[in-house]
Amino acid sequence: MIPGPFSYHRPATVADAVKLLSTLGDEARPLAGGHSLVPMMKLRLASPEHLVDLHGVAGLKGIRRDGNTIVIGAMTTQHELLASDEIGKSLPILDETALLIADPQVRYRGTIGGNVANGDPGNDMPALMMTLGGSYRLEGNAGGRDVAASEFYQGAYFTALEPGELLTAISIPVPPVGHGYAYEKLKRKVGDYATAAAAVVLTMAGGKVATCQIGLTNLAETPLLAEDAAKAVIGTSLDPATLKKAAAAAEAIMSPAADARGPVEYRKHVGGIMVMRALQRAAGRAS
Amino acid sequence: MNDMTPTREQREAKLEGMGCKRKRVEDIRFTQGKGSYVDDLKLPGMLHGDFVRSPHAHARVKKIDDTEALKVPGVLAVITAETLKTVNLAWMPTLAGDVQMVLADGKVLFQNQEVAFVVATDRYAADDGINKVVVEYEPLPVVIDPFKAMDADAPVLREDLAGKTTGAHGPRKHHNHVFEWTVGDKDLTDAAFRKAEVTIKEMISYHRTHPSPLETCQCVCSFDKIRGELSIWGTFQAPHVIRTVVALIAKIPEHKIHVISPDIGGGFGNKVGAYPGYICAAVASIVTGKPVKWVEDRIENLTATSFARDYHMTTEIASTKEGKVTGLRVHVLADHGAFDACADPSKWPAGFFNIVTGSYDFPTAHLSVDGIYTNKAPGGVAYRCSFRVTEAAYCIERAMDILAQKLGMDPAELRLKNFIKAEQFPYHSALGWEYDSGDYHTAMRKMMESVDYAGLRREQAAQRAAFKRGETREIMGLGVSFFTEIVGAGPSKNCDILGIAMFDSCEIRMHPTGAGIARVGSKSQGQGHETTWAQIIATEIGIPADDIMVEEGNTDTAPYGLGTYGSRSTPVAGAAIAMAARKIRAKAQMIAAYKLEVHEDDLEWDIDGFRVKGLPEKTMSMKDICWAAYNSVPPGMEPGLEAVSYYDPPNMTYPFGAYICVMNIDVDTGVYKVRRFYALDDCGTRINPMIIEGQVHGGLTEAFAIAMGQEIRYDDEGNVVTGSFMDFFMPTAVETPHWETDFTVTPSPHHPIGAKGVGESPNVGGVPAFSNAVNDAFSFLGSTHIQMPHDYWRNWKAAKNLGVFA
Repeated sequence: MIPGPFSYHRPATVADAVKLLSTLGDEARPLAGGHSLVPMMKLRLASPEHLVDLHGVAGLKGIRRDGNTIVIGAMTTQHELLASDEIGKSLPILDETALLIADPQVRYRGTIGGNVANGDPGNDMPALMMTLGGSYRLEGNAGGRDVAASEFYQGAYFTALEPGELLTAISIPVPPVGHGYAYEKLKRKVGDYATAAAAVVLTMAGGKVATCQIGLTNLAETPLLAEDAAKAVIGTSLDPATLKKAAAAAEAIMSPAADARGPVEYRKHVGGIMVMRALQRAAGRAS
Repeated sequence: MNDMTPTREQREAKLEGMGCKRKRVEDIRFTQGKGSYVDDLKLPGMLHGDFVRSPHAHARVKKIDDTEALKVPGVLAVITAETLKTVNLAWMPTLAGDVQMVLADGKVLFQNQEVAFVVATDRYAADDGINKVVVEYEPLPVVIDPFKAMDADAPVLREDLAGKTTGAHGPRKHHNHVFEWTVGDKDLTDAAFRKAEVTIKEMISYHRTHPSPLETCQCVCSFDKIRGELSIWGTFQAPHVIRTVVALIAKIPEHKIHVISPDIGGGFGNKVGAYPGYICAAVASIVTGKPVKWVEDRIENLTATSFARDYHMTTEIASTKEGKVTGLRVHVLADHGAFDACADPSKWPAGFFNIVTGSYDFPTAHLSVDGIYTNKAPGGVAYRCSFRVTEAAYCIERAMDILAQKLGMDPAELRLKNFIKAEQFPYHSALGWEYDSGDYHTAMRKMMESVDYAGLRREQAAQRAAFKRGETREIMGLGVSFFTEIVGAGPSKNCDILGIAMFDSCEIRMHPTGAGIARVGSKSQGQGHETTWAQIIATEIGIPADDIMVEEGNTDTAPYGLGTYGSRSTPVAGAAIAMAARKIRAKAQMIAAYKLEVHEDDLEWDIDGFRVKGLPEKTMSMKDICWAAYNSVPPGMEPGLEAVSYYDPPNMTYPFGAYICVMNIDVDTGVYKVRRFYALDDCGTRINPMIIEGQVHGGLTEAFAIAMGQEIRYDDEGNVVTGSFMDFFMPTAVETPHWETDFTVTPSPHHPIGAKGVGESPNVGGVPAFSNAVNDAFSFLGSTHIQMPHDYWRNWKAAKNLGVFA
């Protein structure tokens, strides 16, 4: 449980951070909250020669509204999300999800940027970003680019980030007033990754589902958008048969690994249950 | 008398003696981060050791190359079995009469087994060094499933035992067999089963788990070459035993070994045994002449030092149609891992598992236990239990529920029908124990009334009907558990460790001003001895508990004791404390008689001193007697006021309790909710009710963890798949249910203060209560027994197997 030797860097600007990462190459890793990287280093599953600590980069912090978009700096902590009035008002599902991430100590330190950039299928925010239609700002030596969350994740710990690139901000379109939302997460205990989790954002019109997005956490190597499941509920009043159909459609795209949380068939089954429960709870909140 | 004279109640209260909810004195330092643990110790020039461990569960070690490791700056030495052989320490004896590799000698037998010990100037360099040691392995077939260990063609695990047909506990019948242990009357029991109107048979497993204390195992060894003395600071639950073991195996005279257990962050049985880390740190210190620290990390703790349980118990009960039990037959397959390192009293290869007749009046019983070797970590420690008592309690309490189900009887009613009656105590069990005292019917009925048991059963019936009508997806279970423990090891006639009788001890010295120090052979790991031991003395000699300092854990100053585990501290050390205090009081009485110029027999004890019978104004307080002890003792008497007592208990003590768990389970997800948990404990005389309550809370939380998810699990290749707190279920306060506690008091007739011990009761009684609740919830769907742990996915699987999704 002792990390190997490494050099420590603490840049003050995004430009310096990007420069360090591109100069140092594969042997450098950016350090945000450290909740994934530091344990990996202690187990020597990761042995970066250089750590680029982003805590000194003021430009990576903060939450602002830009028209109909919420922009969140990558180094914003889960605790700061929960403390933000803007998030509570515009994106309440972020609060609901952040509260299901570990415990207060972890949330004081853990950042939204680290959560979405690491590509860990167990992290909760990536599926949520896909559900909300969010996008990530990536800054590299050759300039910046925006990548949709739905196109960012390629495999477990593999993302669209190129060597030397840094995820600096997350942009999320504000869902319509009166939308319904829910994040249903089944976990064994506080601090555990999801056995299965589902995010739902929907709107209702005349008692029927008008629009719907469904995201899934920890049910495949990457977060998933359950598009067929979402389609199955459009125009319905979420009757039991429709819920079952949506769950089945969602289960069809799941490919979780068997682990201590349960065998594959269990994790898929409860994945479907989370979808049904999230749909019902989201509909109950919609107006 | 004037208004300033304290009342009897005020004098009594000032003592904070037995029965007082005295606040824990040790918490003043613990809650301020001022405890002093092994890892806080930093000695000048101290080195650090760390292990190279095996990734394989079974492999031949072809070569260990330390060339690159020795080039790492700060790395001073790499110790292997070959190094240890030069001091005859490549293997060490275990407490169970087996031998265990200190470092891999030719092969490894479990994953994370210690292979080499790297010594360096700091922990970072040591870890860098272990990553540079190159070990060449040749993997061998593994034995993980205990039921296949004694197949004729099973791989040979212990090549060192080749040709040995007899082990420490008798004949071995297979190359992977450790021992067979049988108790009871086989013929009589077989006859009872032949005549039985009703029988049940079930293989009840208690899975492998781990005590996982907050602080892992660790030590600092410092060898002084000039004096030839070895000092060891370590996380030892039994420091004197460690001193004797070191003297025996390292051939250092025992008076030149100083073992010190400082503050310990939990033990739960994990810190009773001797581990390779201790030996390697000692050898490294002898070799380098510098202090060497070894500190286990969490993964090492979970995977290498001391699992618990892993008992597979085929259980049969014979009964009449009316539910009167007539016989019990149990066969246990005991998975001991790679070495038999169980920390049991030496003559007891399966601990006190023969308490398996439990709280019931079985006319006959027969028990056989087969210990076997597998490619798993050694240990088999008494995880918050008195030597396999928790396995026994789980076995019988689960089996009684299964019998009740077969008879169509209520499980509580079946228990009431078969309890040993209050008038039968002292009771001689069919498997050889003499239960000291009990009143089971009273405790059971108090539990049933407190929770409205009949009302809960009515609610359950309604819930089941609603489930069958499809109105709910939740099922409800009531888990009843009535346990009897056997603790306080133990009488010298049947308990020893490596030949040392399992007495315990106390030395009390009273100072001239009326304060004093008590040194005790036990060793608290969080139990609160500094608080409770002073309370016993306060009541016995009338000196306020605040004026008594309790010291444990230093073998140079404390009298020899066998340590703290198996709920033995109060039954054995607690008795020694009371007996030492009584010697103090006896001498004090002589001094008081001399000073008051009366005959000793004319004095009577009165809370905090003596008074002359019939002359209540003529008194002498204990505080004044302490002063007199140093200046005016009777002619011919030695001055001073000290006493030592070594207490060899005449019998074990038998705490008991009635627990119930009310649980709902969502069949769609397997998620359970503990709606209510009520625990009634009878631990005899209660020394500090607040500490008892804390012990019960802690033990129930562990029981909850074990029953509902906590396990050390191996895959087919012998990899531990639950080797960190990410996967090993360690509940937080959020998951932990609310505990309701209650009590009855049935003192032990043979203990000086009537106390029985309580630390382990909630773990022993809690596990069956949780498991019975889950099993009871599913029973109406046709299930008889579902194995632990009852985590979410297994509950869902049980529901699925019972056809609820059909």
